[in-house]
Amino acid sequence: MSERTLFDKVWDLHTVSILPSGQTQLFIGLHLVHEVTSPQAFAMLHERGLKVLFPERTVATVDHIVPTQNQARPFSDHLAEEMMQALERNCSEQDITFHNIGSGNQGIVHVIAPEQGLTQPGMTIACGDSHTSTHGAFGAIAFGIGTSQVRDILASQTLALSKLKVRKIEVNGTLRPGVFAKDVILHIIRTLGVKAGAGYAYEFAGTTFEQMGMEERMTICNMAIEGGARCGYINPDAVTFEYLKGKDFAPPESSWERAVAWWTAICSDTDALYDDAVVFDAGDIAPTVTWGITPGQGIGVDEAVPVLDALADEERPLAEEAYRYMGFKPGELIRGTRIDVCFIGSCTNGRISDLREAAKLAAGRHVAPGIKAFVVPGSERVKQQAETEGLDRVFTEAGFEWREPGCSMCLAMNPDKLQGNQISASSSNRNFKGRQGSAAGRTLLMSPAMVVAAAVTGSVCDVRDLFTEGHPHA
Amino acid sequence: MRSIQLISGRGIPLSGDDIDTDRIIPARFLRCITFDGLGEQVFADDRTHPEHPFNQPHYQGAKILVTNRNFGCGSSREHAPQALAKWGIEAVIGESFAEIFLGNCLAMGIPCVSAPSAAVKHLQQLVMIPATVLTIDLEALQVYSTEFCMTVTLDEASRQMFLAGTWDACAQLVAETGHIRVTAENLPYLNWTRI
Repeated sequence: MSERTLFDKVWDLHTVSILPSGQTQLFIGLHLVHEVTSPQAFAMLHERGLKVLFPERTVATVDHIVPTQNQARPFSDHLAEEMMQALERNCSEQDITFHNIGSGNQGIVHVIAPEQGLTQPGMTIACGDSHTSTHGAFGAIAFGIGTSQVRDILASQTLALSKLKVRKIEVNGTLRPGVFAKDVILHIIRTLGVKAGAGYAYEFAGTTFEQMGMEERMTICNMAIEGGARCGYINPDAVTFEYLKGKDFAPPESSWERAVAWWTAICSDTDALYDDAVVFDAGDIAPTVTWGITPGQGIGVDEAVPVLDALADEERPLAEEAYRYMGFKPGELIRGTRIDVCFIGSCTNGRISDLREAAKLAAGRHVAPGIKAFVVPGSERVKQQAETEGLDRVFTEAGFEWREPGCSMCLAMNPDKLQGNQISASSSNRNFKGRQGSAAGRTLLMSPAMVVAAAVTGSVCDVRDLFTEGHPHA
Repeated sequence: MRSIQLISGRGIPLSGDDIDTDRIIPARFLRCITFDGLGEQVFADDRTHPEHPFNQPHYQGAKILVTNRNFGCGSSREHAPQALAKWGIEAVIGESFAEIFLGNCLAMGIPCVSAPSAAVKHLQQLVMIPATVLTIDLEALQVYSTEFCMTVTLDEASRQMFLAGTWDACAQLVAETGHIRVTAENLPYLNWTRI
């Protein structure tokens, strides 16, 4: 046995050279590109007289600035229009596949790559977006990068990187009803903290993850970065292979067995050595809500906002800042907090299974008076699938707006923004000050099911209470 | 390629843990195709509070930011260190840094050095004295002024790159085209399907 983790194996396979600094020159198997972090990278390439080395391993789409209503071109936001044109031009000049609005394949970059079978086990995947960790759900080493590094990949299909350590995060047991993948990752982050993962890749292992489908695994890996881990992954298995089979860019029938054998071989060895390991019990996890201004400031929905005494010394200054900004008092129950805006979407929870789960709860119910609620499917394919299943009608009949695909109010670069100090129930991944488009806006992160529960009651509530009302939930 | 060993200038203290890149440069300022003009927008929302250090006349022209734990967490946006650099920051001293932020700063030639909490907090007090001029020495891994000296840490690879002037890795990476293609040839998934 080689005692290697998946991370070790994939890292070694993609090592081109060791640079004089000691960093590794790492080949990037798939480079995903979007409109926010690429314009300056292409410009730098041009300035240096370089061209894209592997356009055939580069795939682009637009997601961050896309309006989810009124998508007519030119966009009313002329800066957004300029960014669109820059990406269109750059992709055309460099012969890069570009999934534009209306192509049927556009969407949030971390939604479109998996659904097309582009994301596969054993790859290294990079994108100028920190939630690139999402693709680790397939047993890929996937991580976010900045614009200069986008330039480096465009020019050389490689990056200069230092190897990460690996922390094994094991969660075992079956999740209780009403507890979803989102709650698992929020629970992990609240326990370990937002900086614990710095310098580490997180390997998520254990029966809880084995029981999850691929979209749930993507929710988990998506938020590894919120725990400080640039990269998070789950070893591929039969669930992974089943998901990939038949997808547009999955290995064809003639290569399938070889692919499965190779994918299986890159899994962590049973005697793999980890730099650190932590273990959780799924039974301990409740529907979780963030109350503060970092994703680590989370609590179970039946808990209270922590008092200072309950927190370690080094957590107290940030907690005090969070009480002030969010308007919560220490010891106050989170349940019952009145909400203004409800958002279902994002690269964390904008896939078809998220929409199905949300629609189950929304069916037969209605958004409470005064609440603005909207659903943003993660991609044109997700939207199409949802409409085929009638989910859009379930949502609109329940009083939710049904929108076009994009990042939307996760980071509010498009017109979808909070106003003033509005408070949102959001299925996205960050609750930083000002994150959702207003300098005083407040964000409560939770699962899509919990967002629906908040929307129909008008306040933060335990989604499990809705189950006991006699409405179907399955 | 510019070797970076010594950075001298006035410091500016920014107290607080987990200062994220959404605060350093809010998303609405990412609607751009160059990095021009970002210096004016740095900490745009936080600076609606007049007492913010970046608003203070006596910190204008400071080159060395002194901050606390997990600085630069959150989004990978390189616009964040670009905004700091365009405002005038050339180096950061902190308790710890988020990883993608560190990588972005390295690629831009902005050293981020770490020190223990007590030392950093002491330094934040010291730089409030207007006459204090700090020097960061990447060779010796020290920060000093006329009054004091402290040790800082920086991972060895980054340190080498700053000193050798290879912190902009692009040219080194591009030079390896032969090895790049060999590595690619040995990756089975590149041949299973054309994307």
